[in-house]
Amino acid sequence: MTAVADAIPASTAVDARKAGRLLNMAIVAVLCAWVLLPIYLIAVNAMSAPADVTGWPKRAWPGFHFGSLSFFINYAGVARAMLNSVLVAALTMIFAIGLGAPAGYALARFRFPGKEPFRLLVLMTRAFPLPLLALPLAVLFIRTGLDDSIIGLALVHTVLALPFAVLITYALFMGIPRELEEAAWTLGCTRVQAFRKVVLPLALPGIAASGVFAFVTSWNEVFAAAVLTVQNRTLTAFLIQSLNISPLPLKFAGGAVLILPALIFLFAVRRYLFSLWGIANR
Amino acid sequence: MAEISIDKVAKSFASFTALHGIDLFVADREFLVLLGASGCGKTTLLRLIAGLDFPTGGDIAIGGRRVNDLPPRLRGIAMVFQNYAIFPHLTVFENIAFGLRMKRLPKAEVETRVTRSASLMHIEQLLSRYSGQLSGGQRQRVAVARALAMEPDVLLMDEPLSNLDALLRLEMRAELKGVLQESRTTTVYVTHDQVEAMSLGDRIAVMDQGRIVQAATPIEVYRNPATRFVGGFIGSPPMNFLAARRHNGGWNVAGVELDGPSVDRSEIQFGIRPEDLAPAEEGLSGNVRVVEPLGAHKLVTMHVGDTLFRAIVDSDHTIQPGERLTLSPRPDRVRWFDPKTGASIN
Repeated sequence: MTAVADAIPASTAVDARKAGRLLNMAIVAVLCAWVLLPIYLIAVNAMSAPADVTGWPKRAWPGFHFGSLSFFINYAGVARAMLNSVLVAALTMIFAIGLGAPAGYALARFRFPGKEPFRLLVLMTRAFPLPLLALPLAVLFIRTGLDDSIIGLALVHTVLALPFAVLITYALFMGIPRELEEAAWTLGCTRVQAFRKVVLPLALPGIAASGVFAFVTSWNEVFAAAVLTVQNRTLTAFLIQSLNISPLPLKFAGGAVLILPALIFLFAVRRYLFSLWGIANR
Repeated sequence: MAEISIDKVAKSFASFTALHGIDLFVADREFLVLLGASGCGKTTLLRLIAGLDFPTGGDIAIGGRRVNDLPPRLRGIAMVFQNYAIFPHLTVFENIAFGLRMKRLPKAEVETRVTRSASLMHIEQLLSRYSGQLSGGQRQRVAVARALAMEPDVLLMDEPLSNLDALLRLEMRAELKGVLQESRTTTVYVTHDQVEAMSLGDRIAVMDQGRIVQAATPIEVYRNPATRFVGGFIGSPPMNFLAARRHNGGWNVAGVELDGPSVDRSEIQFGIRPEDLAPAEEGLSGNVRVVEPLGAHKLVTMHVGDTLFRAIVDSDHTIQPGERLTLSPRPDRVRWFDPKTGASIN
């Protein structure tokens, strides 16, 4: 036995550990670059003069020239598109919370047959490829009159946002002990009163977070928006359509306007997104 | 009048029966302890009394009123939970006032009751803090204060001391006993700690596997256990048991002739508590395995025949492991049990 242990000298073991750590750091570095590089490029180029953007050598630091950005924002149709995006995202947020929070509560508190398959199914809806649905959905929308409407698009976005709303609120309610509600019942509350006075105040931050996440999901969504809206374009659909043929500086400006709200919101609610991996936050 | 009447109450969860036909009467102002090991059904029974769960059979009545179908808020109860269940988003004051506000009491009354409750539990200085800023012991006091402020007909407590460290538990036990004696409310207290049960209860109901095995005063349960289970569960160290074989007119216990009950059986069980044995010339003898000097007395572990046997002897008694020790049982403290059913034989 000892002969085998001696065959692996201590120095090799240390080297192996070091190599493992290096590999770890390399992977982390690549992932960070993957996310940060595009954001960096957009930030630099959106705030530089058009000449710098198209010229060579490229700037490494923004020139703080806001010409592209102001041109973009004043471009016809942009303001309208932004308004549509906000409306659709707000509706998505309301629908997702309205359906998702009760579902999360039911999953956390009640036992019912089909509970586990339901949880899996909710997650699986995200696996379904949207492009496959897009055309049939467009046909259905035209038939029912939902075509090119804010509500129609909001419904599609709700389906996309719902799994996360359900899972985040599920983890949230799991983190609020049932005993707290029971204590409220013994102190004179009905079920509804106990929910309102004890559970809701504790769950509100998390529910707000999943609302913001639904908002951002809708804000960023481009495929369904492009297919299902014609006149009432959202910002993403608008960008797809008009930025295709725009000069480079404008593309960067458009990108910046699109990602900035999403970045801000997601940063604000980052703590609650860990529950997507099932870690209850308390 | 807040007596609790539990009549043939049963509770089943799908295929598992947690309670088998429980019959129990708690007199007005009585302090009853439900004592048992984990899983015996004591918390289930408490929750049925509280209304957090509903029985699958039988009736529960509080103050003469059948409460089977009533939710907790209409039963006149207040409950202290094992993990305290303090509302984290409210101050201590608001926590204690919660139930009072739900009752729509006038502001002055709420103020009076909260401060009275808080001073009873010595937490007046914590009223503006949140639960996250409190220690475990302080949270426990808030939980009790919250229940007491309700001035309920019945007070229910689910192992309130089990999450505290040993020294704090000792202090809180004495404090709790004082406070509850003064309040003179009908109380049902659940615990697995038999010392707590002996110390606090007017009566103890010992539970095992969904049944009440014995319900009597602490000293009665200690001196006259109804079954072998009770004898072995109550008392630390537990009661000793030896096989007893019929011999002539009496019983042969590990080679010693003793007078026992005249029952038509060839073998019964002999029970004696470790502190009811005294070193003597003649009696039960065996080889000493371990001697634990505990300060107040010595705990001797020995083998009588091939059974593990414990005795408590005076601190000054000199005995070493490996030596032979002979003990004489106090005749009035000897107990006999049926080997098959475990029931005590008189």
